[in-house]
Amino acid sequence: MSELKELIQNKYNNEAFDGNGSLQSLSQKGIQLFNDQGIPTVKHEEWKYTRIANVLNKDFSYAVNATAVTKADVDDVRLPGNESANELVFINGIYHAELSTVRSSADELVIVPLSEAAKGEYKAVVDANLGHSANYHPDGINAMNNAFAYQGLFVAVKKNKTVEHPLYCYYINDARSNSVLSQPRTLIHVGVNAEVFLVEEEITIGSSDSFTNRVSEIIVEENANVHIYKIQNEDSHSSCVKTTHVRQVGVSKVNSVTLTLNGGTIRNNLNFILEAPGCESHMYGLYCVKGETHVDNHTIVDNVMPNSFSNELYKGIIDENATGVFNGKIFVRQDAQKTNAYQSNKNVLLSDTANVNTKPQLEIFADDVKCSHGCTVGRLDEEALFYLRARGVGEKAAKALLLHAFAGEILDKIELEPIRKYADVIISERLGFEF
Amino acid sequence: MSEMLNTLEQTALSEYKYGWVTNIEADEAPPGLNEDIIRFISAKKNEPEWMLEWRLKAYRHWLKMEVPRWPNVKYPDVDFQAIKYYSAPKQKKEISSLDEVDPELRATFEKLGISLDEQKRLSGVAVDAVIDSVSVATTFKTQLAEMGIIFCSMSEAIKEHPELVKKWLGSVVPVTDNFYSALNSAVFSDGSFCYIPKGVRCPMELSTYFRINAAGTGQFERTLIVAEEGAYVSYLEGCTAPQRDENQLHAAVVEIVALDNAEVKYSTVQNWYPGDKEGKGGIYNFVTKRGICAGVNSKISWTQVETGSAVTWKYPSVILKGDNSVGEFYSVAVTNNHQQADTGTKMLHIGKNTRSRIVSKGISAGFSQNSYRGLVNVGKNATNARNFSQCDSLLLGDKCGAHTFPYIEVKNSTAQVEHEATTSKIGEDQIFYCNQRGLDTETAVALIINGFAKEVMNQLPMEFAIEAQKLLAISLEGSVG
Repeated sequence: MSELKELIQNKYNNEAFDGNGSLQSLSQKGIQLFNDQGIPTVKHEEWKYTRIANVLNKDFSYAVNATAVTKADVDDVRLPGNESANELVFINGIYHAELSTVRSSADELVIVPLSEAAKGEYKAVVDANLGHSANYHPDGINAMNNAFAYQGLFVAVKKNKTVEHPLYCYYINDARSNSVLSQPRTLIHVGVNAEVFLVEEEITIGSSDSFTNRVSEIIVEENANVHIYKIQNEDSHSSCVKTTHVRQVGVSKVNSVTLTLNGGTIRNNLNFILEAPGCESHMYGLYCVKGETHVDNHTIVDNVMPNSFSNELYKGIIDENATGVFNGKIFVRQDAQKTNAYQSNKNVLLSDTANVNTKPQLEIFADDVKCSHGCTVGRLDEEALFYLRARGVGEKAAKALLLHAFAGEILDKIELEPIRKYADVIISERLGFEF
Repeated sequence: MSEMLNTLEQTALSEYKYGWVTNIEADEAPPGLNEDIIRFISAKKNEPEWMLEWRLKAYRHWLKMEVPRWPNVKYPDVDFQAIKYYSAPKQKKEISSLDEVDPELRATFEKLGISLDEQKRLSGVAVDAVIDSVSVATTFKTQLAEMGIIFCSMSEAIKEHPELVKKWLGSVVPVTDNFYSALNSAVFSDGSFCYIPKGVRCPMELSTYFRINAAGTGQFERTLIVAEEGAYVSYLEGCTAPQRDENQLHAAVVEIVALDNAEVKYSTVQNWYPGDKEGKGGIYNFVTKRGICAGVNSKISWTQVETGSAVTWKYPSVILKGDNSVGEFYSVAVTNNHQQADTGTKMLHIGKNTRSRIVSKGISAGFSQNSYRGLVNVGKNATNARNFSQCDSLLLGDKCGAHTFPYIEVKNSTAQVEHEATTSKIGEDQIFYCNQRGLDTETAVALIINGFAKEVMNQLPMEFAIEAQKLLAISLEGSVG
């Protein structure tokens, strides 16, 4: 692990970021914490089931030449529906304006580097929110990203605007010549009464290893409506830790769907901090994995103020030697009376070498609440299979049908038609389901 | 509302019933812990050499261990050098019958409602009474011995049945298992030993009653239960302690072995002194309890009612090694004032067709924190394993907390594991419904709480169920506001 420490420290020293204010102090705090804490081991409760150190124990390069990626490379990986989307392209963690396409006008959508936003009109927003996720993840991984947060991107959705063109974010790693470590960072501010769709995908070009350590912080103002869709479908050389930290500072509604289809070691941190009374949050996840994929979903719902509602449903289909990890935390603070929080995690194991570790966790400090969580691990319902087979459906087809229905509950939550169809096709193919 | 506040106040004022001290001359070791103290304890008990070696091995390992920090409880560090590790009621000579037991001591147990006299024959419970970690009396010994059942104090067992103790002691909870079990292995002064031979069904409930009496002592008892092929036993455990301002440590270890077709039922009503309303004093209850279903078709069932202790840290577990074995855990944990409890279970499925069931009911009031922490692990070869867990929490008052930390690890696709948990308070509509039918608020709350805990209470043997229900009442009734 000393190599990684050296790599990070050298980059930090070489770049010698000389800003001031919140970016500078976050960067300093980040490098310090990273050096103190290092990479978490399995003794760290939050990393008990994910050996992240094994992933990082490789010879990575950081900050390779970004221009090697061409327009044609990006064309290969674009998601359906892109013709009417804003496409933000990040190469090795850094936003690349020339390869990106912004269709929305500037009075709707503002896209500027964080270092610029920290000085101008959005200074207050950046100061108050950048690095907030560190309160929930005081570990070396989050700190490592904080150290270089000044290279990040700031996105603002102006108030009273419904962004018609969804935001597609491609985080592209160029691993054609060597292994790549990248650390994208975004801060997204969704103004009062605004609505926006975010679609995020990590992509690795080339066959060397890649590791993405991404932190996205999203601030949602009053009456805003945000949809966040994440698609993870890389090969087994690509691993990532993704932290999506949502602060609902006004009465607002946020929907999140996380689809994990393939990859190496994938860790998703998804935090919802409900800081205003009456917030509504929906978190859905589907992990349909096989091979050696290791997927770890850690979610936090922190109910700070009263009358909030949150609903969480994560489903897993795990085959071959894959591992699924789920840890859902619900905190209900003392003032958060009348909170309704639900959480459910359902897993289907398809092979004897598949693995599930799940830990749904409730921490409740207020009495007038309704909270529940449930989780199940099992096989397909024998009776349902029998029913189908008795009606002449072959065993394989019957299983596929049931699994597709199991997954469908999550896919249905995606409101962008092209994305939903795209995901459905991949999953149907994976499960051997024919329309 | 004011009526509710009144009843809340009354409850808060209800005091710990067992807080008195008995003036019995005690034989004590000086405070502190080192190899000499362990030799002293071992010598006091006239133990054989192998036992001393065993203790020293545990002690040397303990020195290398760290205090566990992961439980969701906060308390000042225990000063292990300030504790007296041995305190025994002074007795002039070996006693052969109950009549010779110190009358003061007998009065103590009478006061606790545990009569050591033969009149207990009526209720048919054999009692082993342990005071300040030393077993003072065991009843019904001869009757049990006729059936081949051994029920005696641990120190007696070490002397009389060394081959059994040697074989099973530490086989379920190894000396190196965890910080407090290692400490217990090093310094345990007594406890109960119970051995049920092949095919014997123990005709009566066996019971141990623990009491901490002397100040500045820690209680470290060790219980070992072995049920041979086809045997059955139901075992009860109860505990109390005097009211003191200091915190006292209780670090016990209970081991259960169930061989082929054997069944062991272990029930606990834990009512150590919980500290006063400000959270001063009380017992630290750090207990390791574990059973192994070593044989096929065996069954181990834990039932616990936890109402006492300032801090509780306890996870009765079952290792389901034998095929078709069954593990059960039923728990009601009540915390009030400044009590903290972090309790739950571990079910480790190793054998085929193993089943486990967890029912945990947490009730928190006052400023207390109540956590459920459980692990269900299904190993690679545990085909057709089945688990059902349910943990419900009830919050009474807005200053307390209820937490759930269930860990579920599954490595076999044929497993079926379900977990569900809810947290809520007593609904105003529920109270209203009862009021409407002529029940006052206090009775209504008692009714609802009893209903909430019923699933667990039903598992307790009759004598205990009544005591447990009374305890629940003392701890909580009416404390809804």
